Amino acid sequence: MADLNELYQQVILDHNKKPRNFKALETPSITQEGHNPLCGDHITLQLEMDGDVVKDVGFQGSGCAISKASSSMMTAAVKGKTKAEIEAIADEFIKMVRGEIDPETESNHLGRLKIFAGVKDFPARVKCAALSWRTVQAAVEGSPDAVSTE
Amino acid sequence: MNTQTQKVSGLDVAAIRQEFPILSEQVNGKPLVYLDNAATSQKPQCVIDTINHYYAAQNSNVHRGVHYLSQLATREYEGARDIIKKFLNAASDKEIIFTKGTTDAINLVAMSYGRKFIKEGDEIIISAMEHHANIVPWQMLCEQTGAVLRVIPMNDDGELLMEEYEKLLSPKTKIVAVAYVSNSLGTINPVHRIIELAHAQDVPVLIDGAQSAPHLKVDVRELDCDFYAFSGHKVCGPTGIGVLYGKQQWLEQMPPVQGGGDMIKVVTFEKTTYNDLPYKLEAGTPHIEGGIGLGRAIQYLESIGLDKIAAYEHELLEYATEVIGGIKGVRLIGTANQKASVLSFVIDDIHPHDIGTILDQEGIAVRAGHHCAQPVMKRFGVPATARASFAFYNTKEEIDALATALQKVIEVFG
Ligand SMILES: Cc1ncc(COP(=O)(O)O)c(C=O)c1O
Repeated sequence: MADLNELYQQVILDHNKKPRNFKALETPSITQEGHNPLCGDHITLQLEMDGDVVKDVGFQGSGCAISKASSSMMTAAVKGKTKAEIEAIADEFIKMVRGEIDPETESNHLGRLKIFAGVKDFPARVKCAALSWRTVQAAVEGSPDAVSTE
Repeated sequence: MNTQTQKVSGLDVAAIRQEFPILSEQVNGKPLVYLDNAATSQKPQCVIDTINHYYAAQNSNVHRGVHYLSQLATREYEGARDIIKKFLNAASDKEIIFTKGTTDAINLVAMSYGRKFIKEGDEIIISAMEHHANIVPWQMLCEQTGAVLRVIPMNDDGELLMEEYEKLLSPKTKIVAVAYVSNSLGTINPVHRIIELAHAQDVPVLIDGAQSAPHLKVDVRELDCDFYAFSGHKVCGPTGIGVLYGKQQWLEQMPPVQGGGDMIKVVTFEKTTYNDLPYKLEAGTPHIEGGIGLGRAIQYLESIGLDKIAAYEHELLEYATEVIGGIKGVRLIGTANQKASVLSFVIDDIHPHDIGTILDQEGIAVRAGHHCAQPVMKRFGVPATARASFAFYNTKEEIDALATALQKVIEVFG
């Protein structure tokens, strides 16, 4: 059965309360918007690139605890990574929250992000956790459109 | 069961609950506490049985056959129309148009009345607390015709500013469309006055009755509205069926927006003669079991009594306002003087979506989101709210369960 304590772990609650990199960048190379129309979650993600590597990252917006914590931990995870590395993490993260892979045996890139594994038991919340990752995916792929999880 | 509750309103809520099979379901190992009635109501056994019986013993197409079943199905379906006519106290069955729901009914008026009577520079008045279903069809009409949408503002309690409404009314106004009861705030709007003021300038008024139909007795002739729209699924009936009431004088002048079977008298390749009301506006095979089920649902509500339902729900609202509104950190959104049993709220620093998930784990169903009223969320400066909405089968014990669960939410996020 779905376990609330798995969803709202202390780390997630901390990131919700004190999100990391919650800021606007002075000189962003990429700005990407993401929406979750169903619950009104909204993120503006900014990346400052140094060649292929993310030098700095910031996000703003509003959303539920899951989407905010996910955004916060996403920004921490992508800093210093290349576009290809980010794509690999995003891919695994989205598969994990959808329950398509077991993070313990089938992931190579997730590390601390595995605490979001519990989201898979809350189907209504998968979009919240995935929003920031869908947004960073679009950012590094150079998508011209805002991301919408609908 | 709270005995005092039963005495005051005269409702035997324990017995009523027995009639709704879903209310004995368990959710996440807990008894279901269903507080999302403004989204859709649950269905009593008699409605479920009526629909079953239709398919088991009466199914046939309507208005078509000479055979026994077709006549039976037609009689049942038209009988439902008559039940609805009496429920609304409409003057004639011709004034009761079956639609898919409130949304479909409003769209029908916007497209048909709109196409005939609204042109560039004309104005359409709605209110700041409308559901998207009573905003978007008018916006689409404005785009097509060059008409202009005007919006009656509201105060911080969620009450319409009637002085502003009076100022908006002008010779340019071609229709006023407002909700009787707001789904996001619970406000009961002064529709009598709204209609009176519009009629003083010969402007017709559409009332969105999606949230009033389940709670308030409406007599369309006493109210004198020109159109009244509601959905079956919010009055204990099936989904996919609803009603547009329209004064015959308007409906007669309105062109059909869909052509096809049932809505014609004579078709040749040169010319088609349309059928009489109400069929002129009901093209194609209708939602037969939906109509019959809705008729049964209305009979059921009337057997309990809309007045008793309103009185009991008001008690629930007052109790919930006190108990939930009294929780530290909870802010009620929508504090109008006149309210139906809708309680929208936010909790400091906790997103409604998280509230919804934690309540769900306790078996409590509430709505978390923008309630298809994004302009209302913007007006109150919140991205979303949590909303508990009560029906006559809810109890004070369920409100206590909600309060306990909300304490848990606050603990988790402490
Ligand atoms: C005030 C109001 N208007 C219109 C609607 C739309 O009703 P439906 O989706 O049944 O067409 C609703 C339902 O949520 C409502 O609450």
